[in-house]
Amino acid sequence: MIDLVAISPCEGLLPLTVGAVTLSEPEMAPLALVAPMKGKEASLAKAMQAAHGLEWPAAGETSKADGAELIWFGRAQALFVGAEPSAKLAAHAAVTDQSDAWTRVLLEGAGARDVLARLCPLDMRDTAFPVGATARSEVFHMQASITRLGDDSWHIMGFRSMAATLVHDLKRAMESVAARTQG
Amino acid sequence: MRIACPLCGERDSREFSYKGAALALGYPSEEAGFEAWDDYLHKRDNPAGPTRELWYHGSGCTAWLVVTRNTMTHEILSVELAEDAPESAQENTQGANA
Repeated sequence: MIDLVAISPCEGLLPLTVGAVTLSEPEMAPLALVAPMKGKEASLAKAMQAAHGLEWPAAGETSKADGAELIWFGRAQALFVGAEPSAKLAAHAAVTDQSDAWTRVLLEGAGARDVLARLCPLDMRDTAFPVGATARSEVFHMQASITRLGDDSWHIMGFRSMAATLVHDLKRAMESVAARTQG
Repeated sequence: MRIACPLCGERDSREFSYKGAALALGYPSEEAGFEAWDDYLHKRDNPAGPTRELWYHGSGCTAWLVVTRNTMTHEILSVELAEDAPESAQENTQGANA
């Protein structure tokens, strides 16, 4: 039998530390896009609660339960992360496996926010972007999903085909922040 | 220029792309004839003042928005999701020509 070896999108590129900021890849996890069918938003929220104990996230929010997470992912869609979605969801939503479509990276450390501020046109202050909040926006020139996991910890997603670009752009911003903060 | 997306909040214009006058769903019936379709496809007012436009929040939530913008001052008067915009409102503002 053929033994396939899983290669993560940033294999050979990460982890990376520049100054006080580290860029790394979290463990690979199943990802599924959940998009409610028209008029089924309420019944999907119920089914999601029953199957996984997860609240359906409002715009800009995330929700967490044991072993799985929902990240708001745009108009009428959320990304289900970390487990296989229940087949019961299919009655209320289009559920598509996107595990291989995305690059996920973690940007952590003092100054991580300054790095993102160089690349994203977002208000990154605590009042506008608290821990647990998420946004769809740009990282340099690319569409991305940005979620704040902790005070100095951010989860960033970009298209898998652009993994090297995402790492390159973040690395350059990390270097310029580090150059500014040394001494 | 900043646009207040109903889902994402106020965002920089680089996240959006412009489509044109907010006519998209107000299209004529199939039997409406050549004149009506010619008008719908090709003829546009060029108002100096408030005009309704379609914008796409492609780098954000990917929603289509109906933005009412003053073409003389670039002031943005209102933003709503295209899916929520009333059918009649999806026709361009008439009589706004200064």
